[in-house]
Amino acid sequence: MNFDLTEERQMLQDTLRRFLSDRYTTTARNEIIESDAGISTEIWNELAELGVIGALFTEEQGGFGGAGFDIATVFEELGRAGVVEPFLDTAVLGGGLITALGNASQTALIDDVIAGGLHLALAHGEPASRYDLSRVEATAKVDGDEIVLNGRKAVVINAEAAGYLIVSAREGGGAFDKDGISLFLVPTGTTGLTLQGYAMMSGGRAAEVTLDDVRLPVSARLGAAGAGYGALVDTVARANVALAAETMGAMETATELTREYLVTRKQFGRPIGTFQALAHRYSDLLIELEQARSAVTNAAGNLESTDRDLQIAAARNLMARVGRLVAEESIQMHGGIAMTQEYELAHIAKRIVMTDHRFGDADYHLERFIDLSAA
Amino acid sequence: MDLSYTAEELAFRDEVRAFLAEKLPKDMSDKVRRGENLGKEGHELWHSILNNQGWLSYSWPKEFGGAEWNAVQRHIFDDECAAAYAPRIVPFGLSMLGPVLHKFGSKEQQDHYLPRILDGTDWWCQGYSEPGAGSDLASLKTKAVRDGDHYVVNGQKTWTTLGQYADWIFCLVRTDPDAKQQEGISFLLIDMNTPGIEVRPIVLLDGTPEVNEVFFDNVRVPVENLVGEENKGWTYAKYLLTHERTGIAGVGFSRAGLDALKRVARIETANGRPLIENPLFAARIAQVEIDLMAMSTTNLRIISQASAGQAPGVESSMLKVKGTIIRQEINDMMRRAVGPYAMPFASETVEGDNDPIGPDYAGPVSAQYFNNRKLSIFGGSNEIQRGIIAKVKMGG
Repeated sequence: MNFDLTEERQMLQDTLRRFLSDRYTTTARNEIIESDAGISTEIWNELAELGVIGALFTEEQGGFGGAGFDIATVFEELGRAGVVEPFLDTAVLGGGLITALGNASQTALIDDVIAGGLHLALAHGEPASRYDLSRVEATAKVDGDEIVLNGRKAVVINAEAAGYLIVSAREGGGAFDKDGISLFLVPTGTTGLTLQGYAMMSGGRAAEVTLDDVRLPVSARLGAAGAGYGALVDTVARANVALAAETMGAMETATELTREYLVTRKQFGRPIGTFQALAHRYSDLLIELEQARSAVTNAAGNLESTDRDLQIAAARNLMARVGRLVAEESIQMHGGIAMTQEYELAHIAKRIVMTDHRFGDADYHLERFIDLSAA
Repeated sequence: MDLSYTAEELAFRDEVRAFLAEKLPKDMSDKVRRGENLGKEGHELWHSILNNQGWLSYSWPKEFGGAEWNAVQRHIFDDECAAAYAPRIVPFGLSMLGPVLHKFGSKEQQDHYLPRILDGTDWWCQGYSEPGAGSDLASLKTKAVRDGDHYVVNGQKTWTTLGQYADWIFCLVRTDPDAKQQEGISFLLIDMNTPGIEVRPIVLLDGTPEVNEVFFDNVRVPVENLVGEENKGWTYAKYLLTHERTGIAGVGFSRAGLDALKRVARIETANGRPLIENPLFAARIAQVEIDLMAMSTTNLRIISQASAGQAPGVESSMLKVKGTIIRQEINDMMRRAVGPYAMPFASETVEGDNDPIGPDYAGPVSAQYFNNRKLSIFGGSNEIQRGIIAKVKMGG
């Protein structure tokens, strides 16, 4: 048994932590969030150069990692620094689906992704689908050697920056069927594709996407017709490991900021951390943080195992519960200062809580866990 | 024991309902329901509608032009207003400064300031907290030094809610630096247009421009703006804080929030069925509703004692803690209820001419969730309230 990071991952963690603590300050990040693009191309390119994106792909895909613990290592650091750049969307989701399903000409895009030159976005969720991965009402119809897409996609993160959207649409089956869902690589300039962009609560941008008779060559399909669901599930599993690790990183920062505040802020003539009422609550956060670390380890370590889905449901449920506790208690123990945009914890708390709304909240994953344990 | 309202109380409730149905503008209640910002004009309009009815001053004694309602009437009114999505009454002039002037102000101060609060001439804000004096309010450092017939004020206040709109600020200042903490504080009324005052907005985590820092640089304040006696300000401040706690349980807000949550949970679906039928979510709603039913009765028990003339003690601290926990839990469930549409940033969905993102009820829910973390922080944090309860009960 060995819970240490490998030498390579340790180096990656050290490099990333150093770079982000130098460059990704609260001020720098707030400027990025307030910019029109909502993300920084400069930071993106520099992190790509440091190998952050390559670490999320296997050697045969052109990267040098791609395993559960590679994902966890990268996203823990991104979470610690509250990074808003869309590594999840471009690399894990977009890149993940292309490598899982793409033919040679499609997977050729991955080199550009790893080098930082191409953004991707997954346009899968729809206005009524909530977290249900199989609920797809957008349609794809073959018309000669073309495909015609129609439908609406909700909260498509990174759509505006993306060169391609990976759009799910139905070629068969009913609205909730797992079979019949196809995935398509849609260039963002395509006629009939409309993006209504907006900023998000925890930074970065998303868009409501309308597909109105979007015509593509049949070659834009990723994988076989109607057989995209399995790859979606696999890719979302990887995204869930990333999100759990990111939340853990953010929780490390939240508890560290809280520790610093408790030992420096004085009221009633003494550091507030000397009040047992606060000291005990701080200790509880640390206890829960260790639970969280183990949950992430379980999820990352089981990414290729038959236990994968159960472990991931467990991890996301635990992270959602502990995340809310850490975010709320950290704010509460700080008081008003944590409510201000310019203080680091405000953003970190938003990252933690808003993760609940990607691929399922505490209840969704609890139900998944119950179903999977009963199976 | 009788849990129902008396015939008079029911008649009063009907009167309030009829008034709200007739006089509360639809566009105003829509804004409140959607969690949108009313702006200064919106608040002033609602105040003037209430004032024309003689109800703006509902807690004030008759001798000062008030309606002098008892605690049950006030509760009924607050409850009905929350249920109708009426704006809250901005408390700084009406329920904070007003009662202090009634009890400790000079005749001249009462005659001058009180009518101007009611007719909307003056918008007041509160100058209590400082960067180094939050929960430990008595450690405040802003000082006022007597110079002829003026005080010269230097220092900084913070968390000044809606200070950007204010014409006047009531301030706690240190007038005797050598006295024990609580004993060297005075209560000053300061015109916000006096040279040397600067207001800087603080942007909160949900993006709202709600609170401010107020800086005082050699601000000259006429001595007649002192309320009561010099160095007795802490007594007045404590009196004001007990008034700040009326209605502190927020039962009406919670009930309106719970209704809104259920409405949304009937529209939203999970696995193709209404969210309200999802066993986990239904259990969460039921749990908070059970808590709210009990708290609502606790609230009425305390109100009933108060209208019988007993001053509430630790009960108001208990209501503050429980009330804020329940409100925050409802905010949390509302955020979850809307699923991925909780992620868009509110200002993009609520303001301006943009098309709404997702269902119209989803826009403000995350902002409200984050913004209402303040409920357990301000007005004496929940930690301070718990300290008060224990101290009183253990006789410390």
